[in-house]
Amino acid sequence: MTDTDNIVAETAERIFADLADSQMIAKSKDGAWKAPLWQALADNGLPLSWVPEDCDGSGVSLAEGFAVLSAAGRSAVAVPLAETMLAGWLLAQAKIASPEGMITVAPASPKDRLTLNADGTVSGRARGVPFATEAKHIAVVASGIGGVSIALIEANACRIEAGLNLADDPSDTVTFDHVKPLASHPAPSGFDQNGLMLMGALVRSLQIAGALETMLGISVQYSGERVAFEKKISKFQAVQHNLAKLAGETSAALAAASSAADALSGSASDDDAIFLEVASAKIRCSEAAEKGAAIAHQVHGAIGFTREHVLHRYTLRALAWRDDFGSESHWAVELGRLVAARGADELWPLVASR
Amino acid sequence: MTAALRFDPIRLPPECEVLRREVRAFLAEEIAAGTFDPHKPQREDSDAPEFSRRVGERGWLGMTWPKQYGGHERSFLERYVVTEEMRIANAPTRRFFVADRQSGPVLLKYAPEHIKMDILPRICRGEVCFSIGMSEPNSGSDLFAAKTKATKTNGGWLINGSKIWTTSAHIADYMIAIFRTSPSTKENRRHGLTQFLVNMKQPGIAVNPIAQITGQYEFNEVVFTDHFVPDDHMLGELDGAWKQATSELAYERSGPERFLETYYVLTELVRAVGNHPDTRSAEGIGRLVAQLHTMRRMSVSVAGMLQAGREPVVEASIVKDIGTLWEQQLPHRVRELAAFVDADASNHATLDEMLSFAIKTAPKLTIQGGTTEVLRGIIARGLGLR
Ligand SMILES: Cc1cc2nc3c(=O)[nH]c(=O)nc-3n(C[C@H](O)[C@H](O)[C@H](O)COP(=O)(O)OP(=O)(O)OC[C@H]3O[C@@H](n4cnc5c(N)ncnc54)[C@H](O)[C@@H]3O)c2cc1C
Repeated sequence: MTDTDNIVAETAERIFADLADSQMIAKSKDGAWKAPLWQALADNGLPLSWVPEDCDGSGVSLAEGFAVLSAAGRSAVAVPLAETMLAGWLLAQAKIASPEGMITVAPASPKDRLTLNADGTVSGRARGVPFATEAKHIAVVASGIGGVSIALIEANACRIEAGLNLADDPSDTVTFDHVKPLASHPAPSGFDQNGLMLMGALVRSLQIAGALETMLGISVQYSGERVAFEKKISKFQAVQHNLAKLAGETSAALAAASSAADALSGSASDDDAIFLEVASAKIRCSEAAEKGAAIAHQVHGAIGFTREHVLHRYTLRALAWRDDFGSESHWAVELGRLVAARGADELWPLVASR
Repeated sequence: MTAALRFDPIRLPPECEVLRREVRAFLAEEIAAGTFDPHKPQREDSDAPEFSRRVGERGWLGMTWPKQYGGHERSFLERYVVTEEMRIANAPTRRFFVADRQSGPVLLKYAPEHIKMDILPRICRGEVCFSIGMSEPNSGSDLFAAKTKATKTNGGWLINGSKIWTTSAHIADYMIAIFRTSPSTKENRRHGLTQFLVNMKQPGIAVNPIAQITGQYEFNEVVFTDHFVPDDHMLGELDGAWKQATSELAYERSGPERFLETYYVLTELVRAVGNHPDTRSAEGIGRLVAQLHTMRRMSVSVAGMLQAGREPVVEASIVKDIGTLWEQQLPHRVRELAAFVDADASNHATLDEMLSFAIKTAPKLTIQGGTTEVLRGIIARGLGLR
């Protein structure tokens, strides 16, 4: 999907093309590309896309921000752009201004809960928090006796055990031990941790779909270049059919993610409908990541299995993103329970309502 | 790089929801009156001429066609809603389905005016049934190997040979068929086939039913012996049938019938597990619903892009490819999940019966209307691989 009418996404694409070239990143040993990339993104206000202008953000619409994330997925961007956007969005829910620099969010898994203590401090542990080791701040959702709050916390104030996801991007365990937030405010009524999980799941779905678009593009291109048995491998029917399947998986991911993005951008007001859209996107995009990555590697043969080749930047990230903000297994159980609770004869009306 | 795949998040406009309520109310009345049983998908092959007329009376046939031919000039999205509600209800659409989806649009494009004026309004009234005569005993995926011959004679053509797997030929009033009018040429092996409108009620046609593994009789062998087709029944260009089957195929490939064929087993599974499913059932159902929702969103997207005048040919083929595979696998996934359902579940017998029918139906879903392999070839061409 190219959003030619979206200047924000175009800006992002231009920056990714100039400063996040996959070939260059795959060759880099020291990560020297990261600082200029982040600087360019920050100079253009992209990390704070979803922060309202009166809080010093860019005040971009949800839909425009989603298009930026699709583009980030297509480039398998490995700086915390998505996380900072998500954090800015979360803080804005409670009218807390976003600080400059990289921010991440916690919890990043529906299994973890943070507690807001009576003295206003935050306690608990969050696993799999993306880029916590690189972020200066963490935006959190915590619950206490007084209800649900959103808070801004200094990363330095937490204990952070570094970890890595499949693609070697930070995925850390953050322990909050009576940490005093820089700012904290009650969440708007009706907003709780599920709201963050839904948004996070959608963000990851868009990134996965974007990564699949690129996997398809480079696989098709490679099949037209590589020669075996005196033919381009694109001329073998088995390869053609594999690529057709990859196109199918990419299509499913794109359709599911863009539909959910449209739903969250305002086309759905009914809670069950939003849940169906977002859960489906995370489930279907994750399934597509598995099938699609396998085909992309198959088509590339051994060269795609090397660190030097760019392919793994997309395949491993798409596979890793499945785990964040609830895996497909988590969302499937929740969606199955919702469907069962509504009853058999309400299933079709729910599906048809979208 | 390849041209980007596009699946815009198209939503059905509000008029579609009004229409959906009308269709549901109509189907509920028909069920109450005993016209059909929504829990008996295996009866979906039965012929229901009265039902067909009543659907026509509602204005739900030829919905997108010009009014001068009895059509209703409504949108493809409105037609989409009618089609999906009929499919979900397991309504007996056999008599009008092919005419409404495929044959009517071909006539609109290629038939002479007097034939359009004669036949299209009758399709819209639900009075006529169409069949499609493409496949032959030695020509299936390879359409251009067709041999059944049309020989020029005074005022028309004489047809000799046979078609096979012809769905509904036993009840059809007409067939749209391709016949060989010239040999293929060295330069173009697709050359030499011509599309014709055949009146099935005229002499020289024998229809022999063929039993299917489900026990149903849906398709037939159709044998032509000096069957006469008048000149004005030739559709489109002489020897040029191959040029005439491109863009309208997108409608045929991507509709709701391409993934909802076995949907009923999913509803019945949800009923069987009850309101508090165990984790395994919940996860299984959740995944299937996510896949279903995604399929439908893809299909609606293609319908919307077609309505907007685009030709998403690759996208439509993709919808059919993954949609038919999905509906084929669905009964097997439901069977796995149903293995631990309480044996006393009130609908156990219905679920078992539906499952065994759906599992028997499943193999045809990736063969009829072009096999998975053929579709993937089309997608590969769209990706620029061939
Ligand atoms: C229920 C049902 C209803 C039908 N109704 C109609 C109808 O109304 N009218 C009509 O005309 N036809 C109808 N058909 C026929 C249908 O269109 C054909 O069955 C279909 O096109 C495949 O042709 P075939 O059966 O001859 O198989 P074949 O073409 O012989 O194919 C056999 C196998 O070989 C594979 N294959 C063939 N060519 C290639 C290739 N180039 N590359 C890779 N694999 C290949 C196929 O994919 C398939 O797996 C119906 C079929 C079914 C099952």
